[in-house]
Amino acid sequence: MWADIVLSFRQELIVTGIIFLLLFIKIGSTDRGSGVVLRLVNLLLLVNLVLGFFPGPDAILFSGMFHTNRLVVLEKNMLNLATLIISLQGYEWLRGHRQVFEFYMLLLATLLGFFFMISAGNLLMFYLGLELSAIPLAALASFDLEKRRSSEAAMKFILSSAFSSGLLLFGISLLYGATGTLDFGAIASRLDGTAFQLFAFVLVLSGFGFKVSAVPFHFWTADVYEGSPVTVTSYLSVVSKGGVFFVFVVTLYTVFAPMAGSWYRILVLLSVLTMVTGNLFALRQDNLKRLLAFSSIAQSGFILAGITGSSRGGEASVVYFILVYIFSNLGAFGVVSFVSARTGRESIQDYKGLYATNRWLSWVIAISLFSLAGIPPTAGFFGKFFLLMAGAGKGNYVFIVIAALNMVISLYYYLRVIKAIFMDSQPEPIGKLKIPLMSNIAFLVCVVGIIMTGLVGEIYEYIYSLSKGV
Amino acid sequence: MNLSLLIIMPLITALAVVFCRTMGGIRWVSLAGVSVQLLLSFGLLALYWRERAAGNGAAMLFEYSHAWLPSWNIRYHVGVDGISVAMILLTAVVMEAAILVSWSIKPMGKEYFILLHFLSAGAYGFFLSLDLFTVFFFLEVSVIPKFMLIGIWGSGRNHYSAMKLALMLMGGSALVFVGLVGLYYSVGGLHGFDWVAIGQMHLPAEVQRRFFPFLFLGFGIFTALFPFHTWVPDGHSSAPTAVSMFLAGVSMKLGGYGCLRVAVFLMPVAAKEYSPVIILLATIAILYGAFATMMQSDLKYINAYSSVSHCGFILLGIGMLTRTAITGAVMQMISHGLMTALFFAAIGMIYDRTHTRLVGQLGGLLKVMPFISTVFVFAGLCSLGLPGLSGFVAEITVFMGSWQRAGELYRLATILACASIVVTAVYILRATGQTIMGPVKVASYNGLGDATWNERLAGVLLGACIIAIGVAPFWLSDLLEPGVRAIMDHAGNAFGIK
Repeated sequence: MWADIVLSFRQELIVTGIIFLLLFIKIGSTDRGSGVVLRLVNLLLLVNLVLGFFPGPDAILFSGMFHTNRLVVLEKNMLNLATLIISLQGYEWLRGHRQVFEFYMLLLATLLGFFFMISAGNLLMFYLGLELSAIPLAALASFDLEKRRSSEAAMKFILSSAFSSGLLLFGISLLYGATGTLDFGAIASRLDGTAFQLFAFVLVLSGFGFKVSAVPFHFWTADVYEGSPVTVTSYLSVVSKGGVFFVFVVTLYTVFAPMAGSWYRILVLLSVLTMVTGNLFALRQDNLKRLLAFSSIAQSGFILAGITGSSRGGEASVVYFILVYIFSNLGAFGVVSFVSARTGRESIQDYKGLYATNRWLSWVIAISLFSLAGIPPTAGFFGKFFLLMAGAGKGNYVFIVIAALNMVISLYYYLRVIKAIFMDSQPEPIGKLKIPLMSNIAFLVCVVGIIMTGLVGEIYEYIYSLSKGV
Repeated sequence: MNLSLLIIMPLITALAVVFCRTMGGIRWVSLAGVSVQLLLSFGLLALYWRERAAGNGAAMLFEYSHAWLPSWNIRYHVGVDGISVAMILLTAVVMEAAILVSWSIKPMGKEYFILLHFLSAGAYGFFLSLDLFTVFFFLEVSVIPKFMLIGIWGSGRNHYSAMKLALMLMGGSALVFVGLVGLYYSVGGLHGFDWVAIGQMHLPAEVQRRFFPFLFLGFGIFTALFPFHTWVPDGHSSAPTAVSMFLAGVSMKLGGYGCLRVAVFLMPVAAKEYSPVIILLATIAILYGAFATMMQSDLKYINAYSSVSHCGFILLGIGMLTRTAITGAVMQMISHGLMTALFFAAIGMIYDRTHTRLVGQLGGLLKVMPFISTVFVFAGLCSLGLPGLSGFVAEITVFMGSWQRAGELYRLATILACASIVVTAVYILRATGQTIMGPVKVASYNGLGDATWNERLAGVLLGACIIAIGVAPFWLSDLLEPGVRAIMDHAGNAFGIK
């Protein structure tokens, strides 16, 4: 019996193990070189990733608190992969940082939180996981200890995070009041769509809205993204968002399945608002981190569009898109992070003439941006295509027209960056940067991921075979 | 024949270019690659004829189908009929000429050739696709290479033009996307995006009415449908020579091909109902393009605006919905593709030497560069429809087909379109006359050399194809006939026209 539990629990256990290992090393000696630690953590994350490819049997543990199945294992593995890529990309920045141990302990604690959250079969467990991830994230946001903007970002994050948790908790308590249970399956069987339950749903939705930065709950996003260290920003935009979206889909498709008719309209509205607002704000940004922040808001809108499909294809397309999004966004953020760590330059003007000095970096960011814009043959094209196809499943074509036009708007600001890199020049271009091996591996993984995830149809088909829909 | 070779070949060439060390190597590898493509396309033509001669009456030949994304019913499905063979030949010929005139491109020659090969891979894939998903895929593939090619190697306001082109074409594909999704769900998703399967059923009129505008407008933007033609003059005149050739010669035809094969073929009822609107817009494009050309003084703008006018003939032919008019429209796609590529090539050669494209600053070029001037006049004569060249054949077929459609609007449109030829003659003769006749205006022009071997080869290749169609049009019309017949048969009584 213990063997079963350990097997289904494996990913969480390994991450917990790494955290404790770091803790012991930290306590044991203080003069250990940070390079060794970085390599060790990356290696262990890689081990976890590889083991994740061999999922154990489906299981429900701890009287319904903890669910695991192949899709859940895959989702966790995706988050693990993203964390590994971020860790590789942050190698440069971290090596110079004094608190490497603390950074990883916090980072992995959030990852552990997301793992528990994804596996949750009970609102209590879900909330526990969410908070386990939210509080260390705030600490991470302020990790550029000497920078004021970083502290400011952390403050904004913790306040908005606390507020959204409050809303979520209120919603959960109302749900408990309405149904008398916290178990996902049991709630679903006792919901009938009364106004009271709808109110509870709206509160829960608002809580989620904050976490995935859907409009009108997006105000914290750009400031926090800009202020935090770029490594943390990439983590926020990819792992945090991805994890919450996974749970969001489960919550909507199982817990609130009886109210599908009601939430469909709310979600369509939310999706349109999110993509339009994100895109329109992104048009005017000059700081690349802010631009990517608003672009990630717009991407959330597209993911919401896929969720509205509430079909098997809808669930698969969301999971698939997040995989694509991991590669694309981390490719773009990785380059921005690297250039920022080396030169401190982050605006579009600074990137003028980058191609003349840094060809490989330019292509990495270009391919990533094409993928974010949804241009074939990159995976982003397939991701957006499937999301909108799923969204169109209900026959709401006005919605799809708006979404398709948003793709055009978003192309403009991505192309602005491309134009600066490839076509413009400036008196003081960014000099030739030597890319360390670790970052190069991360970039290569992103580029290969962007190209292969789309063209290899089996990846989507595999995700589809694991999805269930409503 | 394995049709995927045509998509793979440019990609292999691009890959080979990546590993080339010298500029000379890049050029020769590119030339070898496109020459193989040219041979492949002529081989395809020969094989196609042999199959047809052997009595193979299948709608599509050399089909290959592979389940790509089974959960969405998306397949990688390629196949050709006469119309696609003709378009593939056009692509291969224009591409060969485009590589030949790019001999002295700099800077960043490697990236230039790689992007050009990607562009052509997209065009091949588009013309081969029998699955609407891959149609859309390849339609969008070409947007970014165009943006980069114009933005990096272009001239004038190239950044503005590149952005405008990318956004307008992306807008076009967004509309196409909505149309395709609508189509997908209206046939119940069971047939997926299979063009052949959807083509065998008759979509309800309601569905056709709703989604035809999306598809036609979306593809129409690619082929300069009025009032969405504004990317054409800017894009074509800012692009480097080879890209102008490819844009006007092939990329614009993607739109016409899509309008015909996807919109009109799959939705004949709606095509009939919307045809007055199409004809109105096409006629405006023809006249507006022609008169706008009269006002231009830059040679590239002259050809770009005249492209708007000439592509109006394509849409006019498609909108008329008679068999002859549709045949004419496809012939016009081929003819205009060759002619405009030749025209842009000649303009590029002149510009490379004189560093100006303004008609007023040129003059007497016939004395200094006789070959280039001859090519220039030749392309001009084809453009204004001189008998014996392809332009005449295509346009007269469109006019004859248009006249078969009864009704005041259609008659009036035909007459106006015919009348535009006069305007065409005016601007072409004026431009060529001022450019190549008369005294040499700038003394330094006297020392300029004539075309180099590669430029001569490009000119001769395109010119030979123009003459081949102009003198013996029957091989082309025979080639197109089964495809056009399939469209007419599928429409049945829907067009309601003989």
